[in-house]
Amino acid sequence: MPAHHDHESVYSGLLVNDAHWAFGTDFEDPLAGVDTTVPDGVDPAVLARYCLVLGDDALVLSHRLTEWCGRAPDLEEDIALANIALDLLGQARLLLARAAAADPSCVPALPEGSPVPAEDALAYFRADRDFGNVRLVEVPNGDFAETTARLLLFATWRLALFERLAGSRDAVLSAVAAKGRKELSYHRDFAGRWFLTLAQGTEESRRRVLDALGGLWPLWPELFRSHPVETAAAQAGVGVDPASVAAEVDAVLARVFAAADVPRPEAAPRVGGAGRDGAHTEALGRMLAEMQVVARAHPGGRW
Amino acid sequence: MTTLDRARAAAESVVDPELPMLTLADLGVLRAVELAADGAVRVAITPTYSGCPAMAAMRDDLVRELRGAGFAEVRVRIALDPAWTTDWITPRGRAALAAAGISPPGPAPRRGGPVVLDLLPPRRDVRCPRCESADVELTSEFGSTACKALYRCRACLEPFDHVKEI
Repeated sequence: MPAHHDHESVYSGLLVNDAHWAFGTDFEDPLAGVDTTVPDGVDPAVLARYCLVLGDDALVLSHRLTEWCGRAPDLEEDIALANIALDLLGQARLLLARAAAADPSCVPALPEGSPVPAEDALAYFRADRDFGNVRLVEVPNGDFAETTARLLLFATWRLALFERLAGSRDAVLSAVAAKGRKELSYHRDFAGRWFLTLAQGTEESRRRVLDALGGLWPLWPELFRSHPVETAAAQAGVGVDPASVAAEVDAVLARVFAAADVPRPEAAPRVGGAGRDGAHTEALGRMLAEMQVVARAHPGGRW
Repeated sequence: MTTLDRARAAAESVVDPELPMLTLADLGVLRAVELAADGAVRVAITPTYSGCPAMAAMRDDLVRELRGAGFAEVRVRIALDPAWTTDWITPRGRAALAAAGISPPGPAPRRGGPVVLDLLPPRRDVRCPRCESADVELTSEFGSTACKALYRCRACLEPFDHVKEI
Protein backbone atom coordinates (compact mmCIF):
# COMPACT_ATOMS: atom_id res chain seq x y z
CA MET A 1 0.00 0.00 0.00
CA PRO A 2 2.41 2.69 -1.18
CA ALA A 3 -0.12 5.50 -1.62
CA HIS A 4 0.66 7.36 1.58
CA HIS A 5 4.39 7.22 1.03
CA ASP A 6 3.99 8.40 -2.56
CA HIS A 7 1.69 11.17 -1.48
CA GLU A 8 4.46 12.58 0.67
CA SER A 9 7.12 12.08 -1.96
CA VAL A 10 5.08 13.87 -4.61
CA TYR A 11 4.69 16.96 -2.49
CA SER A 12 8.16 16.95 -0.97
CA GLY A 13 9.42 16.71 -4.54
CA LEU A 14 7.46 19.81 -5.41
CA LEU A 15 9.19 21.85 -2.76
CA VAL A 16 12.72 21.14 -3.86
CA ASN A 17 12.48 20.22 -7.50
CA ASP A 18 9.52 20.53 -9.83
CA ALA A 19 11.25 19.05 -12.85
CA HIS A 20 8.96 16.02 -12.80
CA TRP A 21 5.80 18.08 -12.71
CA ALA A 22 3.68 18.78 -15.78
CA PHE A 23 4.37 22.50 -15.97
CA GLY A 24 6.87 23.30 -18.65
CA THR A 25 6.55 19.95 -20.38
CA ASP A 26 5.54 19.79 -23.99
CA PHE A 27 1.95 19.78 -25.11
CA GLU A 28 0.30 16.47 -25.14
CA ASP A 29 -2.00 15.11 -27.78
CA PRO A 30 -5.45 14.60 -26.23
CA LEU A 31 -5.90 11.70 -28.66
CA ALA A 32 -2.49 10.12 -28.00
CA GLY A 33 -2.68 6.47 -29.01
CA VAL A 34 -6.35 6.70 -30.02
CA ASP A 35 -7.20 5.11 -33.38
CA THR A 36 -8.27 8.06 -35.54
CA THR A 37 -8.81 6.12 -38.76
CA VAL A 38 -11.74 7.60 -40.67
CA PRO A 39 -14.51 4.95 -41.04
CA ASP A 40 -15.05 3.41 -44.48
CA GLY A 41 -17.18 5.41 -46.86
CA VAL A 42 -16.91 8.66 -44.86
CA ASP A 43 -15.53 11.79 -46.49
CA PRO A 44 -12.73 12.94 -44.15
CA ALA A 45 -13.53 16.60 -44.95
CA VAL A 46 -17.17 16.12 -43.89
CA LEU A 47 -16.19 14.35 -40.68
CA ALA A 48 -13.62 17.05 -39.89
CA ARG A 49 -16.00 19.94 -40.53
CA TYR A 50 -18.73 18.24 -38.51
CA CYS A 51 -16.38 17.74 -35.54
CA LEU A 52 -15.19 21.30 -35.93
CA VAL A 53 -18.64 22.88 -35.73
CA LEU A 54 -19.60 20.77 -32.69
CA GLY A 55 -16.26 21.71 -31.14
CA ASP A 56 -16.79 25.39 -31.92
CA ASP A 57 -20.17 25.35 -30.15
CA ALA A 58 -18.46 24.10 -27.00
CA LEU A 59 -15.38 26.29 -27.33
CA VAL A 60 -17.29 29.54 -27.75
CA LEU A 61 -19.75 28.87 -24.94
CA SER A 62 -16.87 27.72 -22.74
CA HIS A 63 -15.14 31.04 -23.30
CA ARG A 64 -18.31 32.98 -22.56
CA LEU A 65 -18.77 31.05 -19.30
CA THR A 66 -15.19 31.71 -18.23
CA GLU A 67 -15.95 35.42 -18.52
CA TRP A 68 -17.90 34.89 -15.29
CA CYS A 69 -14.78 33.79 -13.39
CA GLY A 70 -14.52 35.95 -10.30
CA ARG A 71 -17.71 37.83 -11.23
CA ALA A 72 -20.60 35.42 -10.62
CA PRO A 73 -23.31 36.32 -8.06
CA ASP A 74 -21.69 34.09 -5.43
CA LEU A 75 -18.73 31.81 -5.01
CA GLU A 76 -20.70 28.58 -5.53
CA GLU A 77 -22.05 29.74 -8.90
CA ASP A 78 -18.65 31.08 -9.88
CA ILE A 79 -17.17 27.62 -9.33
CA ALA A 80 -20.12 25.91 -11.01
CA LEU A 81 -19.83 28.01 -14.17
CA ALA A 82 -16.06 27.51 -14.26
CA ASN A 83 -16.50 23.74 -13.92
CA ILE A 84 -19.08 23.66 -16.70
CA ALA A 85 -16.79 25.80 -18.87
CA LEU A 86 -13.98 23.32 -18.24
CA ASP A 87 -16.14 20.39 -19.30
CA LEU A 88 -17.07 22.20 -22.52
CA LEU A 89 -13.46 23.17 -23.15
CA GLY A 90 -12.50 19.52 -22.79
CA GLN A 91 -15.17 18.48 -25.27
CA ALA A 92 -14.00 21.21 -27.65
CA ARG A 93 -10.38 20.13 -27.38
CA LEU A 94 -11.19 16.52 -28.22
CA LEU A 95 -13.47 17.51 -31.11
CA LEU A 96 -10.97 19.96 -32.60
CA ALA A 97 -8.22 17.37 -32.28
CA ARG A 98 -10.48 14.81 -33.95
CA ALA A 99 -11.19 17.27 -36.79
CA ALA A 100 -7.46 17.85 -37.29
CA ALA A 101 -6.73 14.12 -37.30
CA ALA A 102 -9.49 13.41 -39.84
CA ASP A 103 -8.48 16.18 -42.23
CA PRO A 104 -5.18 17.94 -41.46
CA SER A 105 -5.88 20.44 -44.23
CA CYS A 106 -8.46 22.16 -41.99
CA VAL A 107 -5.71 23.30 -39.61
CA PRO A 108 -4.38 26.84 -40.20
CA ALA A 109 -0.74 26.92 -41.24
CA LEU A 110 1.67 28.33 -38.66
CA PRO A 111 5.30 29.40 -38.99
CA GLU A 112 7.84 26.61 -39.41
CA GLY A 113 8.76 25.09 -36.05
CA SER A 114 5.74 26.41 -34.17
CA PRO A 115 5.00 24.15 -31.20
CA VAL A 116 1.27 24.96 -31.30
CA PRO A 117 -0.73 21.71 -31.47
CA ALA A 118 -3.42 21.30 -34.11
CA GLU A 119 -6.38 21.84 -31.78
CA ASP A 120 -4.85 25.08 -30.51
CA ALA A 121 -4.13 26.25 -34.06
CA LEU A 122 -7.83 25.70 -34.80
CA ALA A 123 -8.95 27.52 -31.66
CA TYR A 124 -6.59 30.47 -31.80
CA PHE A 125 -5.69 31.00 -35.44
CA ARG A 126 -8.99 31.00 -37.27
CA ALA A 127 -11.01 34.12 -38.00
CA ASP A 128 -14.66 34.43 -36.97
CA ARG A 129 -15.91 33.56 -40.48
CA ASP A 130 -14.15 30.18 -40.18
CA PHE A 131 -15.94 29.33 -36.92
CA GLY A 132 -19.00 27.13 -37.40
CA ASN A 133 -20.72 27.55 -34.02
CA VAL A 134 -24.39 28.39 -33.77
CA ARG A 135 -24.94 32.06 -32.97
CA LEU A 136 -26.71 31.31 -29.69
CA VAL A 137 -23.40 30.57 -27.95
CA GLU A 138 -21.59 33.70 -29.08
CA VAL A 139 -23.86 36.52 -27.91
CA PRO A 140 -22.56 38.28 -24.80
CA ASN A 141 -23.40 36.80 -21.38
CA GLY A 142 -25.84 39.46 -20.25
CA ASP A 143 -26.88 38.97 -16.63
CA PHE A 144 -26.97 35.72 -14.66
CA ALA A 145 -30.54 35.06 -15.86
CA GLU A 146 -29.45 35.27 -19.49
CA THR A 147 -26.48 32.99 -18.86
CA THR A 148 -28.81 30.52 -17.11
CA ALA A 149 -31.39 30.59 -19.92
CA ARG A 150 -28.73 30.12 -22.59
CA LEU A 151 -27.11 27.23 -20.74
CA LEU A 152 -30.51 25.57 -20.32
CA LEU A 153 -31.25 25.85 -24.05
CA PHE A 154 -27.77 24.79 -25.14
CA ALA A 155 -27.32 21.87 -22.74
CA THR A 156 -30.81 20.50 -23.46
CA TRP A 157 -30.12 20.55 -27.21
CA ARG A 158 -26.58 19.23 -27.03
CA LEU A 159 -27.50 16.45 -24.61
CA ALA A 160 -30.15 15.21 -27.06
CA LEU A 161 -27.60 15.38 -29.90
CA PHE A 162 -24.94 13.55 -27.89
CA GLU A 163 -27.36 10.82 -26.81
CA ARG A 164 -27.67 9.91 -30.49
CA LEU A 165 -24.07 10.74 -31.37
CA ALA A 166 -22.91 8.06 -28.93
CA GLY A 167 -23.99 5.65 -31.67
CA SER A 168 -21.76 7.30 -34.29
CA ARG A 169 -19.83 5.02 -36.66
CA ASP A 170 -16.80 7.13 -35.86
CA ALA A 171 -15.33 5.57 -32.72
CA VAL A 172 -13.78 8.86 -31.55
CA LEU A 173 -16.99 10.89 -31.92
CA SER A 174 -18.92 8.08 -30.28
CA ALA A 175 -16.56 8.06 -27.27
CA VAL A 176 -16.55 11.87 -26.97
CA ALA A 177 -20.35 11.87 -27.02
CA ALA A 178 -20.67 9.01 -24.53
CA LYS A 179 -18.43 10.93 -22.16
CA GLY A 180 -19.98 14.31 -22.89
CA ARG A 181 -23.56 13.28 -22.25
CA LYS A 182 -22.75 12.56 -18.61
CA GLU A 183 -21.48 16.11 -18.28
CA LEU A 184 -24.27 17.72 -20.29
CA SER A 185 -26.90 16.03 -18.16
CA TYR A 186 -25.71 17.85 -15.02
CA HIS A 187 -25.18 21.08 -16.97
CA ARG A 188 -28.81 20.89 -18.02
CA ASP A 189 -30.01 20.08 -14.52
CA PHE A 190 -27.95 22.92 -13.03
CA ALA A 191 -29.36 25.44 -15.51
CA GLY A 192 -32.89 24.03 -15.18
CA ARG A 193 -32.84 24.40 -11.39
CA TRP A 194 -31.62 27.97 -11.60
CA PHE A 195 -34.17 28.75 -14.30
CA LEU A 196 -36.90 27.49 -11.96
CA THR A 197 -35.47 29.37 -8.99
CA LEU A 198 -35.27 32.65 -10.89
CA ALA A 199 -38.70 32.26 -12.51
CA GLN A 200 -40.33 31.57 -9.17
CA GLY A 201 -38.14 33.88 -7.09
CA THR A 202 -38.81 37.58 -6.84
CA GLU A 203 -40.70 39.76 -9.26
CA GLU A 204 -37.35 41.10 -10.43
CA SER A 205 -35.71 37.70 -10.94
CA ARG A 206 -38.77 36.48 -12.86
CA ARG A 207 -38.80 39.59 -15.04
CA ARG A 208 -35.12 39.07 -15.82
CA VAL A 209 -35.37 35.40 -16.74
CA LEU A 210 -38.42 36.05 -18.93
CA ASP A 211 -36.57 38.88 -20.68
CA ALA A 212 -33.53 36.65 -21.09
CA LEU A 213 -35.49 33.79 -22.64
CA GLY A 214 -37.38 36.14 -24.96
CA GLY A 215 -34.14 37.76 -26.04
CA LEU A 216 -32.46 34.44 -26.86
CA TRP A 217 -35.47 32.83 -28.51
CA PRO A 218 -34.91 34.30 -32.01
CA LEU A 219 -31.57 32.43 -32.10
CA TRP A 220 -33.10 29.11 -31.01
CA PRO A 221 -34.51 27.78 -34.36
CA GLU A 222 -31.03 27.94 -35.89
CA LEU A 223 -29.98 25.02 -33.70
CA PHE A 224 -32.47 22.71 -35.43
CA ARG A 225 -31.89 23.83 -39.00
CA SER A 226 -30.03 21.04 -40.80
CA HIS A 227 -26.86 22.37 -42.31
CA PRO A 228 -25.45 20.46 -45.32
CA VAL A 229 -22.45 19.28 -43.27
CA GLU A 230 -24.77 17.90 -40.58
CA THR A 231 -26.97 16.23 -43.17
CA ALA A 232 -23.93 14.70 -44.88
CA ALA A 233 -22.47 13.53 -41.56
CA ALA A 234 -25.82 12.02 -40.57
CA GLN A 235 -26.15 10.24 -43.90
CA ALA A 236 -22.66 8.81 -43.50
CA GLY A 237 -23.64 7.45 -40.08
CA VAL A 238 -21.15 9.57 -38.15
CA GLY A 239 -23.30 12.57 -37.24
CA VAL A 240 -26.77 13.56 -36.12
CA ASP A 241 -29.22 15.72 -38.05
CA PRO A 242 -30.27 18.35 -35.47
CA ALA A 243 -33.78 18.47 -36.93
CA SER A 244 -34.23 14.91 -35.66
CA VAL A 245 -33.94 15.95 -31.99
CA ALA A 246 -36.32 18.94 -32.17
CA ALA A 247 -39.38 17.17 -30.74
CA GLU A 248 -37.43 15.57 -27.91
CA VAL A 249 -35.75 18.85 -26.95
CA ASP A 250 -39.07 20.66 -27.10
CA ALA A 251 -40.64 18.15 -24.71
CA VAL A 252 -37.87 18.66 -22.14
CA LEU A 253 -38.14 22.43 -22.38
CA ALA A 254 -41.91 22.22 -22.07
CA ARG A 255 -41.45 20.45 -18.74
CA VAL A 256 -39.13 23.18 -17.46
CA PHE A 257 -41.45 25.93 -18.66
CA ALA A 258 -44.44 24.22 -17.04
CA ALA A 259 -42.62 23.78 -13.72
CA ALA A 260 -41.50 27.41 -13.84
CA ASP A 261 -44.90 28.69 -15.04
CA VAL A 262 -43.17 30.38 -17.97
CA PRO A 263 -44.99 30.73 -21.30
CA ARG A 264 -43.15 29.47 -24.34
CA PRO A 265 -41.79 32.55 -26.17
CA GLU A 266 -43.14 33.38 -29.58
CA ALA A 267 -40.44 35.65 -31.00
CA ALA A 268 -39.73 35.21 -34.72
CA PRO A 269 -36.39 33.66 -35.77
CA ARG A 270 -33.55 36.10 -36.15
CA VAL A 271 -32.73 36.96 -39.74
CA GLY A 272 -29.26 36.71 -41.21
CA GLY A 273 -27.06 33.78 -42.16
CA ALA A 274 -26.27 30.71 -40.13
CA GLY A 275 -23.39 30.44 -37.71
CA ARG A 276 -22.62 27.02 -39.22
CA ASP A 277 -21.76 28.90 -42.46
CA GLY A 278 -19.52 31.36 -40.66
CA ALA A 279 -22.10 34.16 -40.72
CA HIS A 280 -21.88 35.44 -37.17
CA THR A 281 -22.98 38.37 -35.08
CA GLU A 282 -20.32 40.99 -34.48
CA ALA A 283 -20.04 39.73 -30.89
CA LEU A 284 -18.00 36.70 -31.99
CA GLY A 285 -15.26 38.81 -33.59
CA ARG A 286 -14.90 40.83 -30.40
CA MET A 287 -14.83 37.73 -28.26
CA LEU A 288 -12.22 36.01 -30.44
CA ALA A 289 -10.07 39.14 -30.47
CA GLU A 290 -9.71 38.83 -26.72
CA MET A 291 -9.50 35.04 -26.68
CA GLN A 292 -6.85 34.83 -29.42
CA VAL A 293 -4.69 37.90 -28.92
CA VAL A 294 -1.93 36.34 -26.83
CA ALA A 295 -1.66 33.17 -28.92
CA ARG A 296 -1.58 35.16 -32.16
CA ALA A 297 1.12 37.49 -30.81
CA HIS A 298 3.32 34.49 -30.01
CA PRO A 299 2.78 31.77 -32.63
CA GLY A 300 6.05 30.16 -31.54
CA GLY A 301 5.31 30.44 -27.83
CA ARG A 302 5.47 27.58 -25.36
CA TRP A 303 3.14 27.72 -22.39
CA MET B 1 7.91 -11.42 -10.25
CA THR B 2 7.66 -11.18 -14.02
CA THR B 3 8.68 -8.08 -15.94
CA LEU B 4 5.05 -7.32 -16.56
CA ASP B 5 4.28 -7.66 -12.84
CA ARG B 6 7.06 -5.20 -12.04
CA ALA B 7 5.76 -2.73 -14.62
CA ARG B 8 2.25 -3.11 -13.31
CA ALA B 9 3.34 -2.61 -9.71
CA ALA B 10 5.23 0.56 -10.65
CA ALA B 11 2.31 1.98 -12.63
CA GLU B 12 -0.16 1.06 -9.92
CA SER B 13 1.84 2.96 -7.30
CA VAL B 14 1.40 6.32 -9.06
CA VAL B 15 -1.02 8.60 -7.25
CA ASP B 16 -3.60 10.99 -8.70
CA PRO B 17 -2.30 14.57 -8.83
CA GLU B 18 -5.54 16.02 -7.45
CA LEU B 19 -6.57 13.26 -5.06
CA PRO B 20 -3.12 12.13 -3.90
CA MET B 21 -4.57 9.75 -1.30
CA LEU B 22 -5.63 7.60 -4.28
CA THR B 23 -3.52 5.73 -6.78
CA LEU B 24 -4.50 6.00 -10.44
CA ALA B 25 -5.35 2.30 -10.21
CA ASP B 26 -7.70 2.83 -7.26
CA LEU B 27 -9.32 5.76 -9.06
CA GLY B 28 -10.01 3.51 -12.05
CA VAL B 29 -8.10 5.80 -14.40
CA LEU B 30 -5.32 3.30 -15.12
CA ARG B 31 -6.90 1.05 -17.73
CA ALA B 32 -4.07 -1.17 -18.94
CA VAL B 33 -0.40 -1.94 -18.45
CA GLU B 34 1.16 -4.05 -21.19
CA LEU B 35 4.56 -5.00 -22.53
CA ALA B 36 5.07 -4.27 -26.22
CA ALA B 37 7.07 -6.60 -28.47
CA ASP B 38 9.95 -4.11 -28.46
CA GLY B 39 10.12 -4.17 -24.65
CA ALA B 40 8.38 -0.85 -24.12
CA VAL B 41 5.76 -0.52 -21.43
CA ARG B 42 2.41 0.57 -22.81
CA VAL B 43 0.05 2.22 -20.36
CA ALA B 44 -3.53 3.33 -21.03
CA ILE B 45 -5.24 5.99 -18.95
CA THR B 46 -8.72 7.46 -19.28
CA PRO B 47 -9.83 10.98 -18.36
CA THR B 48 -12.30 11.31 -15.49
CA TYR B 49 -13.93 14.31 -17.22
CA SER B 50 -13.54 15.61 -20.80
CA GLY B 51 -11.67 18.65 -19.54
CA CYS B 52 -9.52 16.85 -16.98
CA PRO B 53 -6.46 19.11 -16.73
CA ALA B 54 -4.38 16.46 -14.99
CA MET B 55 -3.81 14.07 -17.90
CA ALA B 56 -0.36 15.47 -18.70
CA ALA B 57 0.63 15.32 -15.04
CA MET B 58 -0.56 11.71 -14.82
CA ARG B 59 1.36 10.80 -17.94
CA ASP B 60 4.54 12.43 -16.65
CA ASP B 61 4.20 10.78 -13.25
CA LEU B 62 3.69 7.37 -14.88
CA VAL B 63 6.70 7.82 -17.15
CA ARG B 64 8.83 8.97 -14.23
CA GLU B 65 7.81 6.08 -11.96
CA LEU B 66 8.30 3.46 -14.67
CA ARG B 67 11.67 4.86 -15.70
CA GLY B 68 12.66 4.75 -12.04
CA ALA B 69 11.68 1.08 -12.03
CA GLY B 70 14.06 0.44 -14.92
CA PHE B 71 11.77 0.73 -17.94
CA ALA B 72 13.48 3.06 -20.38
CA GLU B 73 10.73 3.13 -22.98
CA VAL B 74 7.26 4.05 -21.76
CA ARG B 75 4.29 4.89 -23.98
CA VAL B 76 1.15 6.34 -22.42
CA ARG B 77 -1.99 6.32 -24.51
CA ILE B 78 -5.43 7.77 -23.90
CA ALA B 79 -8.38 5.37 -23.74
CA LEU B 80 -11.62 7.27 -24.38
CA ASP B 81 -13.94 4.31 -24.54
CA PRO B 82 -15.61 3.24 -22.35
CA ALA B 83 -16.10 6.51 -20.48
CA TRP B 84 -14.82 6.60 -16.90
CA THR B 85 -17.34 6.09 -14.15
CA THR B 86 -17.03 6.49 -10.38
CA ASP B 87 -18.09 2.83 -10.15
CA TRP B 88 -14.49 2.01 -11.12
CA ILE B 89 -13.12 3.47 -7.87
CA THR B 90 -11.94 0.39 -5.95
CA PRO B 91 -13.01 -0.50 -2.40
CA ARG B 92 -9.50 0.41 -1.27
CA GLY B 93 -9.86 3.76 -3.07
CA ARG B 94 -13.18 4.41 -1.37
CA ALA B 95 -11.66 3.66 2.01
CA ALA B 96 -8.74 5.99 1.26
CA LEU B 97 -11.14 8.80 0.30
CA ALA B 98 -13.16 8.36 3.50
CA ALA B 99 -10.00 8.27 5.59
CA ALA B 100 -9.00 11.60 4.02
CA GLY B 101 -12.34 13.16 4.94
CA ILE B 102 -13.87 12.88 1.46
CA SER B 103 -17.20 11.13 1.10
CA PRO B 104 -16.92 8.40 -1.56
CA PRO B 105 -19.50 8.21 -4.37
CA GLY B 106 -22.56 5.98 -4.32
CA PRO B 107 -23.51 3.89 -7.37
CA ALA B 108 -23.39 5.83 -10.66
CA PRO B 109 -26.74 6.46 -12.38
CA ARG B 110 -27.72 3.70 -14.77
CA ARG B 111 -27.83 4.68 -18.41
CA GLY B 112 -30.51 3.53 -20.80
CA GLY B 113 -32.84 5.75 -22.74
CA PRO B 114 -32.84 9.54 -22.60
CA VAL B 115 -31.47 11.12 -19.43
CA VAL B 116 -34.35 12.20 -17.21
CA LEU B 117 -34.54 15.88 -16.42
CA ASP B 118 -34.07 16.54 -12.70
CA LEU B 119 -35.21 19.92 -11.42
CA LEU B 120 -35.03 19.02 -7.74
CA PRO B 121 -31.90 19.42 -5.63
CA PRO B 122 -29.74 16.30 -6.01
CA ARG B 123 -30.59 13.67 -3.39
CA ARG B 124 -27.87 11.29 -2.42
CA ASP B 125 -27.31 8.85 0.36
CA VAL B 126 -24.35 10.71 1.84
CA ARG B 127 -22.83 10.34 5.28
CA CYS B 128 -20.40 12.67 6.99
CA PRO B 129 -16.94 11.11 6.60
CA ARG B 130 -15.95 12.42 10.05
CA CYS B 131 -18.87 11.52 12.33
CA GLU B 132 -20.89 9.27 9.97
CA SER B 133 -24.07 11.25 10.55
CA ALA B 134 -26.60 11.08 7.71
CA ASP B 135 -27.85 14.55 8.68
CA VAL B 136 -25.98 16.43 5.97
CA GLU B 137 -26.82 19.24 3.58
CA LEU B 138 -25.58 20.10 0.10
CA THR B 139 -23.93 23.53 0.05
CA SER B 140 -22.71 23.49 -3.56
CA GLU B 141 -23.15 21.01 -6.38
CA PHE B 142 -19.71 22.00 -7.68
CA GLY B 143 -16.57 21.94 -5.57
CA SER B 144 -12.83 22.34 -5.73
CA THR B 145 -12.57 19.99 -8.69
CA ALA B 146 -15.13 18.94 -11.31
CA CYS B 147 -15.66 15.61 -9.60
CA LYS B 148 -16.71 16.86 -6.17
CA ALA B 149 -19.72 18.51 -4.52
CA LEU B 150 -19.58 20.41 -1.23
CA TYR B 151 -21.58 19.24 1.75
CA ARG B 152 -21.89 20.22 5.39
CA CYS B 153 -22.65 17.94 8.30
CA ARG B 154 -25.46 19.26 10.48
CA ALA B 155 -24.35 17.05 13.37
CA CYS B 156 -20.66 17.90 13.69
CA LEU B 157 -20.98 21.09 11.57
CA GLU B 158 -17.90 20.24 9.52
CA PRO B 159 -17.91 20.88 5.76
CA PHE B 160 -16.73 18.06 3.51
CA ASP B 161 -16.28 17.07 -0.13
CA HIS B 162 -18.34 14.36 -1.78
CA VAL B 163 -17.18 12.64 -4.96
CA LYS B 164 -20.13 12.89 -7.36
CA GLU B 165 -21.56 9.81 -8.99
CA ILE B 166 -20.95 9.84 -12.73
